[in-house]
Amino acid sequence: MKIINLAHGELMMVAMYIAYVLFSSFHIDPYLSILIAAPALFGLGVLLQKYLINPVLKVEAIIPENQVILTVGIGMVLANIATIIFSSDYKTTPVEYATKAWYLSDYWRESPIELSLSMPWSVSFCVALVITASLWFFLTKTDMGKSIRATAQDKDAALLMGVNVERMRVFTFGLGSALVGSAGCLFIPIYYLYPDLGGQFTLIAFVITILGGLGSTVGAIVGGLILGVFESLTATYAGMGWAPVGRFMIFVAALIFVPGGIMSLFKKWKLGK
Amino acid sequence: MRKALPLIIAGLLAVLPLLGLSSYWMHILILVIMWSVIGMAWNLLGGYCGQVSFGHAAFFGVGAYTAGILYNKAHLSAWWGMPLSIVFVTIVALIIGYICLRLRGPFFALGTLAIGVILRVTAENLTGITEGDLGIMLQERTWIDKTWYFYIVLALAVVTFIAVKMIIESKLGYYFVAIREDQDAAESLGINTTLYKTVALSLSAVFTGLAGAFYMNYMGYIDPKIVFALHDISIVTIMVVMVGGVATYWGPFVGAIIMVFLAEIIRTIPKLGAAHHTFFGILLIVIIIFLPNGITGDVQKLKKFLRIGKAA
Repeated sequence: MKIINLAHGELMMVAMYIAYVLFSSFHIDPYLSILIAAPALFGLGVLLQKYLINPVLKVEAIIPENQVILTVGIGMVLANIATIIFSSDYKTTPVEYATKAWYLSDYWRESPIELSLSMPWSVSFCVALVITASLWFFLTKTDMGKSIRATAQDKDAALLMGVNVERMRVFTFGLGSALVGSAGCLFIPIYYLYPDLGGQFTLIAFVITILGGLGSTVGAIVGGLILGVFESLTATYAGMGWAPVGRFMIFVAALIFVPGGIMSLFKKWKLGK
Repeated sequence: MRKALPLIIAGLLAVLPLLGLSSYWMHILILVIMWSVIGMAWNLLGGYCGQVSFGHAAFFGVGAYTAGILYNKAHLSAWWGMPLSIVFVTIVALIIGYICLRLRGPFFALGTLAIGVILRVTAENLTGITEGDLGIMLQERTWIDKTWYFYIVLALAVVTFIAVKMIIESKLGYYFVAIREDQDAAESLGINTTLYKTVALSLSAVFTGLAGAFYMNYMGYIDPKIVFALHDISIVTIMVVMVGGVATYWGPFVGAIIMVFLAEIIRTIPKLGAAHHTFFGILLIVIIIFLPNGITGDVQKLKKFLRIGKAA
């Protein structure tokens, strides 16, 4: 959609707080709270896009990046409101499966390698895969998804073809927020929660998207994998504190050398053959 | 009258300390002037040249650390950091420019954002040079009284103002505006866009770095989380310019007054004191939607609005 949202991590933080409140006052499992948090975030995203971002896109201004700065403002407000309501203490949802792990040898007795995986991590991984697959299906196979991609490619042409561009924008922003909301719910059993948590996740999300290629679902997975491996490597060989440096080095490098992301490389190689 | 306005304001400011203001008010005034220096510097790059930087804390921090390391390792007066920071900040700006200026629009913004974070983490980890998270502290302040600090930062502001004005009214300024309006058209007219963007970035960086070196001398303590802060430096810099007025001479000054006073006023409200970012954010949103060119940039619009308000 060519809308750069620097409040993405803050939206995730909001979803995590929703999950936290649901857990602490109603004892709803964080994974079930996806069903509540995702629609809530969808609504929040729709409102933000409709009443804040869309008007700004129409306004003539000297600086073209007004919209980016606007999302920074939104992020600041969200993070700070969370601080006022919940204070900046660290919060967790102590579910009993948070520390559980399963062993490969439990299921496959003669397994050649000893492998243990944390329970919440593997659940999150599977749910994330399902979400990604359905997103990919939605974007490529359904009419709605096709209109969204058309709007992203050329909004004037899409308008001429009878796509309600404004509504697509609003819907896409809502969808993005809903996805990040469910990511937040998946994340909360693993991680602790504090109001300023959003910022770092915004940056990570950008690194992954740029790495994988803007506007590509598969690219996001590839980008995520590369980032994860690279970050672990810097953490192991250069020291834990240096991991963010590695992350952003690869980000800047990707911006400069592969501006289209990994997916553009795949396309190029295929054409080369 | 219009021509004499900068002189009058500078003169008025120069007389202010003689009134015997309390040191709290001097502190506020010094902060206002320091922020307007940073704002003017950002405006040169962002407002006139159209390159929105989210990483001005990088230059601020490098300037501050130049002064700090000079004091800490070479045992010189931290004031030597001000002239020396010009050299170091220019080098850093050239490197960053070489990397980031090939990116356009929002990608430049993201690139500078990433570089700001890289520098912060680097400063945190190079404990041998920067003392890491411990930070650097000046053991003795040059003056207890704030008057001289005030005059130094005022001189810095005057120099910055004159420099920005001279640059913008020269050929260079027209190049910058041409790049902002349409980079491809500017290039096709024979403007070396990469070169002039680098010039704009370096100039902007040097003034920001000077402000950083001054900050080290004035505050007497820095650590990576303060001077390389994303929200408290980079974003506030953008806000100073956005609120005051993009691509105007007086915008950063107006913006700095509003921002510093707003922060101070909100801090006095009990309970909401920690939440000044909320108000900053709301102010930013309101300004972007209704006055996208800032208060000084959209004076006409503001007047019209007020007149309608009176009529109704």
